[in-house]
This record gives sequence, structure tokens and C-alpha cells, in this order.
Amino acid sequence: MSTHVKNEVLDTEPTHHASHIVSPKVYGVIFGALLVGTALTVAASYANFGIFNPIVALGIACTKAVLVILFFMHVKYSSRLTKLTVAAGFFTFLVLITMSLTDYISRAWGLW
Amino acid sequence: MDSQAIATQPQVHDAHAEHAHEPHLRHHFETVEQQREASSFGMWLFLLTEIMFFGGLFTAYLIYRNWYYPAFVAGSHQLSIFLGTLNTAVLICSSFTMAMGVHASELRKRKELVGWLVATFVLGCVFLGVKAVEYHEKWEKHHVPGLNFSVQDFTHPSAQYKEEPPLPMDMAQKTQVYFSLYFAMTGMHALHMIIGVSILLALIAQAWAGKYTTGHMTTIENFGLYWHFVDIVWIFLFPLLYLISRHQ
Repeated sequence: MSTHVKNEVLDTEPTHHASHIVSPKVYGVIFGALLVGTALTVAASYANFGIFNPIVALGIACTKAVLVILFFMHVKYSSRLTKLTVAAGFFTFLVLITMSLTDYISRAWGLW
Repeated sequence: MDSQAIATQPQVHDAHAEHAHEPHLRHHFETVEQQREASSFGMWLFLLTEIMFFGGLFTAYLIYRNWYYPAFVAGSHQLSIFLGTLNTAVLICSSFTMAMGVHASELRKRKELVGWLVATFVLGCVFLGVKAVEYHEKWEKHHVPGLNFSVQDFTHPSAQYKEEPPLPMDMAQKTQVYFSLYFAMTGMHALHMIIGVSILLALIAQAWAGKYTTGHMTTIENFGLYWHFVDIVWIFLFPLLYLISRHQ
């Protein structure tokens, strides 16, 4: 009996994994969007945007990655703990990249 | 005393059956959901270390590309956009089949699950095959730093790359940095793919035996996370290595 009560407490915790079954239709739409994104990024590489070529390419890549993470990897339907974990990971990664590049760009400041 | 001990004996034995639970629920978890949550949390922590690992390579690429820009532009022009695009499409298809596999496991459909896993396996192998073709081409063109490298293509661009400005010797040498990073990044990615398809083989056998269609699906789910992660790495590798320097 006591286990039963414990389970009810667990159910209200933020770590609760709601067993949400994503419909194949959603997977199909995301699949299509990823293929369109791939076509777009290849097409964009043939256009000349000057310095914006890498920015456009990375923008499309980030959008594709977010789609994969949210839907294929189920983060959209996951617990808050999982969402926080994923977000914290990417945030830490961005901090590391930003700090490395900040150091790189400012070390010889004014000397170039 | 003795009779009492004997009387309690069956109770101890029955402890397992008493709180009836699914056979795949480990004893240190309260519920199946909690177990599932814990394992997916652990998998994500592993994937975060992988993000940091590939992130280091991406940062190195970013900085060296700024440093030896003409060499990186010339180097990237040697890659085949067609093969890169093909491989991106193949990998996205394999991510889709993997997601459908997890779905089949959730619905407890054994044959469907095996079918989707086999499709994922085949697509993974196609990706590796195309990658092998590309590596072979690099070898033939003497673009493998350390083993088989020549600056010829960059100091004296062939008729095929007419619009390519010839690089001075010192910058032409720096294309080796580009190709080193190309092989390090795609090689590490390919290693992850090889590990992935190897695990898939075992999963296909176990799925065929019905292990993942009785409610226990964390293994399939976590493998799906790994597979999608490898897909995401390629989603960034493809534009950075193949595409962004087309016009410079």
C-alpha cells in the first residue's frame, strides 16, 4: 500500500516522464521539413550572399537541429528535467565557444 | 520457533511476486516511468559530453578557417556537393526510420520494429559506403595529409577548377590543416556511425526475439537518441565543410 502512495507523489514531481506517443504524421512532417531544409541549404550555397553565406547555412542547420531535438528526440514531450538538461548543455557549449572566440579576437586587439 | 521460521519462509520468497511489477523494472526504481526517466536523463548527460567533444572540433575548424581562409576555401572546393547532399539525405532518412522504430516499439509491434531497424541499418551502411567513396577520391587526388599529400592541385589548379586562383606555396601547404580537420571531423562522425550500426545489429536480433515489444523500450529509445545526435552532428558538418565557401 505504501508503494502506491509513493507513486502518487512521484507522479507530481517534475521528473515524471509522461508517456506521450508521437504520431507518425508528426514524424512525416518533420522528415519532410528536414529534406526541404537540406535542399534550401544547398540552393543557398549556390547564391552569393557575401559574408552572409555561412550565417544562412548555420541558421538553416540550427533550425534542422532544433526540429530533430524537439520531435525526433522527443524533447518537446519530455519532462522539465530533460528539457533543462538539454538546454543547460547547449548553453554551456555556447559559453565555451563564445569565450574561446572572445579570447581569440581580443588577444591581439589593435595589432592587425 | 522452528515452525514460525518455516511459516515466514514463503513470505520472504514471495516478496518478489507480492508487489507485482513488470519484469524489466529494476528494484531500485519505484515505477517504470521513473526508470525510463532516469535512463533517458543519463543518456542525455552522455550526449552532452559528446556535444562538448564535437564542439571542440567545430571551434578548431572555426578558428583555423579564419586564420588560413584562402586555404580553407580552396580545400572545400575539392569536396563533392552531390555526394555530401546525398549523404545528408540518407542520414535524415535514417533518422526518420529510427524515429518510426521507436514508435513501433511503443505500439509493441515486433515486425514493424524490426523492419524500421533494418531500414536504419541499411541507410547507415549506405552513408558509410558513400563516405568511403569520398575518402577513396581524396586518396587518389593526394589530399590526405601525412599519408598521401601534394600541393599540386592548389599551386597549379587543373583545368577542372579554372576559376580557382593558384595559392602561394605557404598558403597551399595550409590546405593540409583543412584536410586534417576534414578527416578528424568526418572520421569521428564515421566512427560514431560504425559504432551505431554495430549496436543496431545486436538490437535487430534482440528486437526479432521480441525483447523490445513488451513494454520495455528504453534501450531502443536511448539508441534512437544516440542515432539522432549523430545525425545532428552531420547536419552541421555538411554546410561547414562542403557549402559555406562556394563563393569565396
